[in-house]
Amino acid sequence: MEKTVNQKAWFLVLPVLILVAFSAVIPLMTVVNYSVQDTFGNNQFFWAGLEWFGEMLRDDRMWGALGRQLFFSGTILLIQIPLGVFVALNMPKKGIWASFCLVLMSLPLLIPWNVVGTIWQIFGRADIGLLGYTLDALGIDYNYTSDAVAAWVTIIVMDVWHWTSLVALLAYAGLQSIPDAYYQAAKIDQASRWKVFRFIELPKMMGVLMIAILLRFMDSFMIYTEPFVVTGGGPGSTTTLLSIDLVKMALGQFDLGPAAAFSIMYFLVILLISWVFYTVMVNLDKRGS
Amino acid sequence: MADTTTTDIPGDLTAGGTRKRVKVNGSAIVMGLYLLFLMLPIYWLLNMSFKTNAEILSSFTLWPQTFTFDNYRTILTDASWYTGYINSIIYVTMNTVISLAVALPAAYAFSRYHFVGDKHLFFWLLTNRMAPPAVFALPFFQLYSSVGLFDTHIAVALAHTLFNVPLAVWILEGFMRGVPKEIDETAYLDGYSFGRFFTRIFMPLISSGIGVAAFFCFMFSWVELLLSRTLTSVDAKPIAATMTRTVGASGVDWGVLAAAGVLTIIPGALVIYFVRNYIAKGFALGRV
Repeated sequence: MEKTVNQKAWFLVLPVLILVAFSAVIPLMTVVNYSVQDTFGNNQFFWAGLEWFGEMLRDDRMWGALGRQLFFSGTILLIQIPLGVFVALNMPKKGIWASFCLVLMSLPLLIPWNVVGTIWQIFGRADIGLLGYTLDALGIDYNYTSDAVAAWVTIIVMDVWHWTSLVALLAYAGLQSIPDAYYQAAKIDQASRWKVFRFIELPKMMGVLMIAILLRFMDSFMIYTEPFVVTGGGPGSTTTLLSIDLVKMALGQFDLGPAAAFSIMYFLVILLISWVFYTVMVNLDKRGS
Repeated sequence: MADTTTTDIPGDLTAGGTRKRVKVNGSAIVMGLYLLFLMLPIYWLLNMSFKTNAEILSSFTLWPQTFTFDNYRTILTDASWYTGYINSIIYVTMNTVISLAVALPAAYAFSRYHFVGDKHLFFWLLTNRMAPPAVFALPFFQLYSSVGLFDTHIAVALAHTLFNVPLAVWILEGFMRGVPKEIDETAYLDGYSFGRFFTRIFMPLISSGIGVAAFFCFMFSWVELLLSRTLTSVDAKPIAATMTRTVGASGVDWGVLAAAGVLTIIPGALVIYFVRNYIAKGFALGRV
């Protein structure tokens, strides 16, 4: 659509600007403020420059959390994107069954995140949970509170359970927008199932898949509540992801300086990667329209 | 669909027919398995919520042997429990109203006009959707404590606008782009003022978009815990935080915990039916 230049439109944007400035810029400035100061209590602050940043960059604790975080986000993206597309391809196209699947699939997305954690905490317990009990009965040693591998498997399966439907819903919406004529043309050309997917469905889904990847990356990178409820970051610190570590530092130990420096670097990483995704997404948008 | 595709290829009817039937069965099996995977953990929670604690701990049963509503009764008759639900609903509603009220004019501006800095502003809004709540927890706590809003519903509602306003702007902008601009121009020619045009003509046209945006604001405010727990202590404590109460000196009250969990799922399950056809568009930030 052609847009007209109108500077007065700023007045329409103003309320958003004021509100978001209040709820985003002021807190962010507080964080920046803490990150360059040191305190010995009594509300006395001293200029510390970039000391905290240097300290955090040399700290193994942050690098460990970052490594685990990248591993977590990478793994769930590798599982959820293909699985979501696969599920979308197998969904009923229309009718009562399509609605039925849509409603059931959306259900995990609407459960409060700590309840998601609670569900899996219960589900995985060997004494009262279906999954833990079954695995135990099969002779598999599974205990997510003491075994690091079991803890990792649990939080990854939990995230796949929680969010794969989002990818599937987006891919499904992309598939729905493909006109029937495309499929009929492919039929006439005797294209194989794989070719139909590769040259018709995948290109048409690309836009929504980029959004899915962007959303899943952002949200998995800030995940806190679900793994915290299930494992509490343990055993040891094997499942301590970035947000868990940050909350521990800021609200648990009140190490404001390091926590603030940590926050800023954390946010910058997300911004950088998201900006790349966003640029790709906007370019796809332009090419599509 | 199945009929037309098979008849499209002459001389290949039987082969096409069998292949089609096998494929349909395959899809049903895939969907069945996937839905089973989704529903099992939820079923287990539901199952536990109808059991007594004695049964949960002493024996392993696939469905309740002694069916009981006691866990639900505990929650619905104890004020310290059910006020958690009321608190959550209050701040979620406040947040939805505030987010939509500011997002509607902004989304209109983004969808209709070019102005200085519009693209940067649009991306900057999205960056707030990317901001980790963990980063904001402590500054929010200090900000709202210093202005005397700590432990009020409005504090949580305002804090949640951090990610809900950008989301609402993006979703609404996507829906508004679909409305032809000629409608605006005709209305102005007919002598409508901006305010009257917007509320009488434009908003009814994008009512489905407003519904979807409201649903997403509701949803993300409802599922979030870190900020709402940090900003409240007693008076505005959300249900999700109340749930930690079940861990007492005598161990965990599993039955009540499960029942509280089930009750948090119900609001979402109720509204999802109405937006089922738009939910993907909402998640795609209005860009499908």
